[in-house]
Amino acid sequence: MTIDYLLLIIDKTNKPMNIKLKIWRQKNAKSKGKFVNYSLDDVSPEMSFLEMLDALNTKLIEEGGDPVAFDHDCREGICGCCSLYINGHPHGPGEKTTTCELHIRSFKDGQTIVVEPWRAKSFPVIKDLIVDRNAFDKIIAAGGFISVDTGSAPEANSILAKKEHADEAFDSASCIGCGACVAACKNASAMLFVSAKISQLALLPQGKVEAMERVEAMVAKMDELGFGNCTNTYACEAECPKGIKITNIARMNRHFIGAKIGSQIKQ
Amino acid sequence: MTKLNAKIPEGPLPEKWSKYKSSMKLVNPANKKKLDIILVGTGLAGAAAASSLGELGYNVKVFCFQDTPRRAHSVAAQGGINAAKNYKNDGDSVYRLFYDMIKGGDYRAREANVYRAAEVSNATIDQLTAQGVPFAREYGGTLDNRSFGGVQVSRTFYAKGQTGQQCLLGAYSGLSRQVKNGTVKMYSRCEMLELVIIDGKARGIITRNLVTGEIERHSGHAVVLATGGYGTIYYLSTLAVNSNASAAWTAYKKGAFWGNPSFVQIHPSSIPVLNDYQSKLTLMSESLRNDGRVWVPKKKGDKRPANDIPEEERDYYLERKYPAFGNLVPRDVGSRAAKERCDAGYGVGDTGLSVYLDFKDAINKQGKKAIENKYGNLFEMYEKITGINPYEEPMRIYPAGHYTMGGLWVDYELMTTIPGLFAIGESNFSDHGANRLGASSLMQCAGDGNFIIPNTIGNYMADEIKTPKIPTDTPEFDEAEKAVKLKIEKLFSVNGKQTVTSFHKRLGKILWDYSGMTRNEEGLKKGLFLIDELEKEFWKDVKVPGTADELNQELEKAGRVADFFELAKLMITDGLSRRESCGAHFREESQTETGEAKRDDDNYSYISVWEYKGKDEPPELHKEELNYKYVEVKIRDYK
Repeated sequence: MTIDYLLLIIDKTNKPMNIKLKIWRQKNAKSKGKFVNYSLDDVSPEMSFLEMLDALNTKLIEEGGDPVAFDHDCREGICGCCSLYINGHPHGPGEKTTTCELHIRSFKDGQTIVVEPWRAKSFPVIKDLIVDRNAFDKIIAAGGFISVDTGSAPEANSILAKKEHADEAFDSASCIGCGACVAACKNASAMLFVSAKISQLALLPQGKVEAMERVEAMVAKMDELGFGNCTNTYACEAECPKGIKITNIARMNRHFIGAKIGSQIKQ
Repeated sequence: MTKLNAKIPEGPLPEKWSKYKSSMKLVNPANKKKLDIILVGTGLAGAAAASSLGELGYNVKVFCFQDTPRRAHSVAAQGGINAAKNYKNDGDSVYRLFYDMIKGGDYRAREANVYRAAEVSNATIDQLTAQGVPFAREYGGTLDNRSFGGVQVSRTFYAKGQTGQQCLLGAYSGLSRQVKNGTVKMYSRCEMLELVIIDGKARGIITRNLVTGEIERHSGHAVVLATGGYGTIYYLSTLAVNSNASAAWTAYKKGAFWGNPSFVQIHPSSIPVLNDYQSKLTLMSESLRNDGRVWVPKKKGDKRPANDIPEEERDYYLERKYPAFGNLVPRDVGSRAAKERCDAGYGVGDTGLSVYLDFKDAINKQGKKAIENKYGNLFEMYEKITGINPYEEPMRIYPAGHYTMGGLWVDYELMTTIPGLFAIGESNFSDHGANRLGASSLMQCAGDGNFIIPNTIGNYMADEIKTPKIPTDTPEFDEAEKAVKLKIEKLFSVNGKQTVTSFHKRLGKILWDYSGMTRNEEGLKKGLFLIDELEKEFWKDVKVPGTADELNQELEKAGRVADFFELAKLMITDGLSRRESCGAHFREESQTETGEAKRDDDNYSYISVWEYKGKDEPPELHKEELNYKYVEVKIRDYK
C-alpha cells in the first residue's frame, strides 16, 4: 500500500462525526444525580475527548445552560487529574490511555457515549463528573514517604541501587494517582495505588528502613477510609492508564504479612 | 532606583551564600511553633518548601487549586534536573554550571542568585534521591546522567521522560509526612484571590473554596508564593490548562514589583498546532535532541512524505548553522531557527508550520530498544496524540510557549518588594535571565524550596517572634475580601454572549503574533492596542454561567483571563521598552547580519522591574543594573 493511499484513508476518516452523549449530571454532593442526553454534531475525529467536552460546554453556555463539570489539567496524561468512566471503562476504551489522551477517532460515527464519574464510596461525587479523591492523599500521609529531613541526606552515590530494582521502582512510581484502579474494581479497592507506592519505596535501599511500618500504616489507613479488598479480578491492572502491574499487590501482601508476623517478634 | 535593594551579601561570589548563612538571624525551635507561614502552590518549589519549613517547626498552611498537591504542573517536566556533581568526570563544576546559566540567559540574570542556584544543586540531588526518587542508574548502581541543550557536559539527572513527576512526587511525599506530623495543613481546591497587607507587611490571603464557593480569610506572619509561571497567557502552551498568574498578579497590584515580564521561553519542540479546537500543546522533551536530528527539506514546499526524501535533499539546519552545539543549541536559538526555516517556506506538514525531529540514525546505530529505554513514554505520548509512530516516521515539531523567565522581582532572600512576601520557583524572575537552559527549572524549584527559603525566611521571621497570631477580623482583611467579592460580582454582572475561553483564545493569538518568538516596535504597539480593545469587549460581553456559591469552573477561568489581559499589557510594555534582543526576547530591529540576537549592553544591561501605579496609570520602570564581576560578558555564540 502506498503512503498516498494511506493518506487518503486518513482523509476519509477525518470526516466530522455525530456523537450522542449520555452524561451524569449532579448539582452537588447532596443532590441526586441523573443521566442527561446530549448530541453533538461536527465533531472532528482528531479532537481529544476533553476537547469534545469543551465543545459541548461552549454550546451549553451559549444556549444559556450549565456546563458539565469535569476534572482536567495537564491534558497530556501525566497529572492524573482527569478521570471519567466512559462506556464502562475508566478513561475509556484505549489501552494505557488517560481520558485526556483519548481521541474521538476511537469512537464510531453516531455512537452513544456514556460518561460517568468514578463510582466508589470513598470517592464521593462533588459535582457532575468530579469526585473527591482526597482519600489518596490521606493514605500517602499515613506512610507513603521516606523519613528524611531536608539537609540530612547522604551523598547520592553513597546509596547504590541495582539498576533493575531502580527501573522496577520507577515503573511503580509512574502511578499518576488518578483512581482508575478503584473505579475499575468491583470492590472499589485501592490496593493497586497503595501497593505501587509501597513497592517503589521498598525496592530502593533508602526505602527499606521503614518498609514494615509503612505497609502497616498505609494498609490500615486504606481500610479505615472504606476501600474494599482485592479479589484478584485483575480489573485494576487492565484499566490502569500507566500499566501499573498487579505484582505490586503481591509484593504488598507479602510485606504486610511479614510486617504483621515480624511485629510480634521483638528483637 | 532607591526602591530596589537586592541585598546581595558582600564577599567573593563562591562565599556569599555561606557567609549569608553564617550571619543571618535565627529563630529558635520554640518560637518557630508560634509563627504561621502561608504557602501558595504545591509544585516542586512549593511542596519542597512546605516539607522543609514544616520540618523546621513552623505552622504552615498550604494552598493549591488542584484536587491534590501532586497535580501541580512540575509533574509534567520531562527531561531532567541539573546538578554540578561531575559524576562523568567531564570537567563540570559549580562555576561551570553557573557560567552556563549566565551565558544561556544571555547575560541578563543576577550573578549572586545564579551562583547560589548552582551551589545548592548537588544537595538537591542528594535530597531527592534520599526521598526515593527513582533516578536512572548505571549497572554499578550509581546515578546516570545525560546531556542537555546549551552545555557541553553531562549533568542532567533523569527518570525516563518523567523527571518532573518523580521529583514532584518526592517533594509531595515530604509534604505529606509533615501533614501527618501536624506542621502542615493542606487546603486543596482552594484558590488565592487576594493578598492582605497590614502595616506594609504581607499578613494573609483571601481564598475561594472551589467546591463551595466560600470566600475565606487566612493569616500568617509571612506569605510565600510558589505559584508557577504564566505561559498559559498564550492560551496554547505546553502548560497545564489551569495554570495561571492570578495569585502573583494580585501581589503585583498590591505593590510587589514584576521583573522582566516579556521574557518568555518558547520551547522549540512541541507537537505542532493541529487544528483550531486544540486546547493545549504537548511538549516533546529537549532530551530527544540528544539523539534526534532536526531537519527540513532543502527544496521549498517539498510535500513528499519524510521517508521519501533522500538524505542529500535534507537540510539539517541546526547542525549546519551551529556546528559546535548542533541539535543541542539552547531553546531560544532552536526555536528561532525553526521559525526562520518555516517562514522561508521550508516548513513541513499541512500548515507548513513544523519541522522534522528524526530518530532514524539513532535507531540504526543504537537499536530500537535503546531508544525506547530512553524515551519510550515520549514516543508513546506522541503516537497517542498524532496517531503517527515516531519509530517509523520522524516526529513533527514546532515551537510553543513554555516557561516564563519573568516573574515577581525578588532580592537575594527571595523576598519581593513587599516585606514578608516571598516568591519561589518559576513565580519569581530570579535565575534564568532572558532564556532558561533545559533541566534548570526543576533544579531551581527544588533548590529554592529545600535550601534557600528555609534559611532566608528565618532571617525575616527572627523579627516577628514577638508578633502574636495575626487576627483576620481587621479592616485590611475586610477590604481585601470585599474586593474579591466585587470582582466576582462584576464578572457575573456582564452577562454577555461570548465564553471565557473564546476570549482567552483571541488574547493568546494576539500575544503569539505580536509578542511571541520575535517582536518589533510596530507589532508590539498593535498588539497593545488589540489587547486593550479585546479587554473592553470582555467586560462588555463575557458570559459567566452559574453562581458564585458552587463549584464553577467558568468563574475560575473568567477571573484568570481577566488578570491575563492586564499582565499581557505589561508584557508588551516591557517588550517595547527593551529595544535590544537578548535571549528569548528577540527584537527584529536588533539582530546581527546572520539573524542572531544582538544585545545592547551599553543601554540595556539591567533587569526591568515594573511597579504598579494604579488601574489607569502606566506602570513605572525601575532598573536593577547588572554588574558582572565573575564572568566576562561576551557575544553568546553557539557556532
